[in-house]
Amino acid sequence: MERQALKRAREAFLSGRTRPLEFRLQQLTALQSMIKDRHTEIATALKQDINRSQYDTPLLELISLENEITLAIAKLAEWAAPRPVEKNLLTISDEVYIQPEPLGVVLIIGAWNYPWAVTLIPLVGAIAAGNAAIVKPSELSEYSSLLLRAMLPRYLDQDLYPVVTGGVTETQELLKQRFDHVFYTGSSTVGKLVMEAASRHLTPVTLELGGKSPCYIDKNCDLRVACRRITWGKFANCGQTCIAPDYILCEPSIQNRVVEGIRQTLLEFYGVDPKCSPDYSRIINQRHFNRVMSLMEGYTAVLGGQSDASQRYIAPTVLKDVSPHSRLMQEEIFGPLLPIVTVSDMDDAIRFISEREKPLALYIFCSDKKAIKRMLDETTSGGVTVNDVMIHYTLTSLPFGGVGQSGMGRYHGKHTFDQLSHQRACLVRSLGMESVNLARYPPQDRQRARRVRLALTSPMIDFSKRTYVWAVCVTIIAFGLFVTLLVILLIQ
Amino acid sequence: MSREQLAVQRARKSFQTGKTKPLEYRVHQLKSLQRFITEKRKDIAEAVKKDLYKSEHGTELFETLGLEGEINLAVEKLAEWAAPRPVEKNLFTISDEVYIQPEPLGVVLIIGAWNYPWAVTLQPLVGAIAAGNAAVIKPSDVSPHSAKVMEELLPLYLDKDLYPVVTGGVTETQELLKQRFDHVFYTGSSTVGKLVMEAASRHLTPVTLELGGKSPCYIDKNCDLTVACRRITWGKFVNCGQTCIAPDYILCEPCIQSQVIEEIRKSIKEFYTDNPKTFEDYGRIVNQRHFKRVMALMDGSKIAIGGDSDESQYYIAPTVLQDVTGESKAMQEEIFGPVLPIISVSGVDEAIQFINEREKPLALYIFSPDNKVIRRVIAETSSGALLANDCLVHFTVSALPFGGVGNSGMGRYHGQHSFDQLSHLRSCLIKKLNMEGVNTMRYPPHTAKKLGWARFFLLKQVNLGKLRRMALLATLAALAAFVVQRFLR
Repeated sequence: MERQALKRAREAFLSGRTRPLEFRLQQLTALQSMIKDRHTEIATALKQDINRSQYDTPLLELISLENEITLAIAKLAEWAAPRPVEKNLLTISDEVYIQPEPLGVVLIIGAWNYPWAVTLIPLVGAIAAGNAAIVKPSELSEYSSLLLRAMLPRYLDQDLYPVVTGGVTETQELLKQRFDHVFYTGSSTVGKLVMEAASRHLTPVTLELGGKSPCYIDKNCDLRVACRRITWGKFANCGQTCIAPDYILCEPSIQNRVVEGIRQTLLEFYGVDPKCSPDYSRIINQRHFNRVMSLMEGYTAVLGGQSDASQRYIAPTVLKDVSPHSRLMQEEIFGPLLPIVTVSDMDDAIRFISEREKPLALYIFCSDKKAIKRMLDETTSGGVTVNDVMIHYTLTSLPFGGVGQSGMGRYHGKHTFDQLSHQRACLVRSLGMESVNLARYPPQDRQRARRVRLALTSPMIDFSKRTYVWAVCVTIIAFGLFVTLLVILLIQ
Repeated sequence: MSREQLAVQRARKSFQTGKTKPLEYRVHQLKSLQRFITEKRKDIAEAVKKDLYKSEHGTELFETLGLEGEINLAVEKLAEWAAPRPVEKNLFTISDEVYIQPEPLGVVLIIGAWNYPWAVTLQPLVGAIAAGNAAVIKPSDVSPHSAKVMEELLPLYLDKDLYPVVTGGVTETQELLKQRFDHVFYTGSSTVGKLVMEAASRHLTPVTLELGGKSPCYIDKNCDLTVACRRITWGKFVNCGQTCIAPDYILCEPCIQSQVIEEIRKSIKEFYTDNPKTFEDYGRIVNQRHFKRVMALMDGSKIAIGGDSDESQYYIAPTVLQDVTGESKAMQEEIFGPVLPIISVSGVDEAIQFINEREKPLALYIFSPDNKVIRRVIAETSSGALLANDCLVHFTVSALPFGGVGNSGMGRYHGQHSFDQLSHLRSCLIKKLNMEGVNTMRYPPHTAKKLGWARFFLLKQVNLGKLRRMALLATLAALAAFVVQRFLR
């Protein structure tokens, strides 16, 4: 079945259907309609999958998806146009540009935590770039996956963008096939397998993986606000967010205040019993429920800790004085457990972070600009938000992706388009001016070599739009000033 | 611990000291690299002559000139490349700092190739140094003299721990690939490229693969054949055809085939005299294995020019094969030698079809005076790069990203592209702890009203640059109006 879907998608791509921008715009508009028309059904599916509240669904998933589609529609002509580049003396009379082109058939493997956003935002870029795409939603978010399979073919071209559902076996079968790009969101373990499978066909990959995103709280910042923002980010979607603050690092002197700040915020957000709050989600399935619960072994929660296996409910939980060697600190939590690890100061925090794998996100809560800069300079991560959590995700102009174990490649906005395009270098010369070329032909001698050196190493001339606009503006201003001067002189 | 493991460990330890972070340090290393090329020019030229029988001028033109250009560009532009890059904000982040910060990746492995042992091994190094990484350099053992010179002399100019040169063959390379790097940059064949990517996948290491393929060259019957064939001849027989972007084969209509052959014959004579074997600027095949490989490719095809060879010198004359078909031996693999097959096609349609039936090449060449034909070929084919009416020169434009697609590779370099490829472009959002009221719309308990506000703030993109320009224009207009009114009364 997977092979059939791929064959049809490739044939449809080779027919050239996706090349005209109008077609791509039409597909994107259809996708936009799907999200708008069916948002209630999507919200229902998410409620069944993960008990997502009806407001969290647009807030955390659908608004950013809509944003991406709107941006792609508005900017497609600009993104897909040839991009002129700087020339050198040798190519001064030639056309030199980068032409974005479709890659072919892209495989998009989605995840279950934000099944719509992380599966469809890459699809927006794939469509915009003119590719065909096989969409493989995660089987763990069962209702969303089945809804997508039913819905997408009603809005998008069925051959170009088939939805293939299934589990591990189906995914492995897909990965044996040859694609022009594989876009995977999920765990680092499976990420390695995806890249290995892709290597057999020399297929480039984008891997949006995870890791433990540290959250450092400086003792001199406004703890009340910091804790509120962290609480929001940690417990949204019941902690099942790739960029959720995984654990807190702070000095022992403020640990209790941090706990208090979180406690007050939890009360504000979810009431006395989060189990009854319509805004608090559940763990996706039994396996993950057991996994997260077992991470707490040996620790007594200072906040929360309650659970209900029948509902896969785990209360928002905070744990104090967690040891770096505990189970909690060995794997990405991906659940509503927030460990606090104490460090002696910012240097200690930097050391702690740098000893570990590069995370997908780093969070720093601090009011001192110099200290922030130092921490940024001495650590690395996929992305970083200072004095808030997760918000860098919402800016389509920022490339979203990991580094090291947290992933490779990036997307969002134009970055998705670029990631799923081939940026083809184009140089269009003419058959005239052959005399210029004579210096490069054999027989070589010192004089010719010198001439070539001159042509190749001359400073490049910037033909970019920005310089052109600047030059025009300055000319106008200069002319205007000149006219003004003339007028003044004439009047006098 | 093996020699390779030690080299990687030392490089990583050295990188972790933070030595490479300051831009001054990187510029200093780049300038030392520049001095190395200038001061050891003779050693480099001698090594290349022994490896590939390349003349001194040829070495300068094709190896060191490009390299020097890259170093100069990196030194000049480093501050700009390494600076934070501000990006567009939305209403929600309007008072925040939003930018992309380029950062070093860590330790990069650079596996060089033998055909341009200096250019393709050291150009990635320029990007690695500029981006602030450490780099383990593994030159190809198939060009042993260059590898030896690199191993002996490079440590005299560059930091020994940060940029070690590790020589060796397949075993040593495999040992290196078992280690963990932050990026692997490989230039070579697609077959080995797959193994490199597979090894890298075990550590989730991103890769840049500069591979090869058969770069087609279509000649339109209406173009100036003299000039076209001269340029093609130059591109093909430089370095004895051992160039990843050499025009691999020609596609043209049967009516011009004999003219094409004649023009190429004339150009060969002009460039390499009647006896290329004795001519200084004509190279040799790198070793016996490749010599035999290339000779075998001529089997079954009609030789129009050349064909003679001398195994003792690994010499193959500039050769043109005519009436070649898609099934001929010469069309089964990348030639990488001085053998130029000509295949007949009925026109540009068939040429496009022929090209699309095959793997995406590293370069595509089209010779035509008709812009429409060129645009058609661009629109209906794909390749790493496309060059109309010339060969190879796109390699010299640093602003153009150099790399393949599909089987011809992934990733790109040259100029700023090397820097970006070997950096981590980290997204940074610096907010403040005030204005907490704005955030209320995203916190539970959720309501429809709050959601409406959130929607507004998240969806509105603000182009500050445009606003600033409009404000400036408005100020100027006001000033002009004032002046006119004041002095024209």
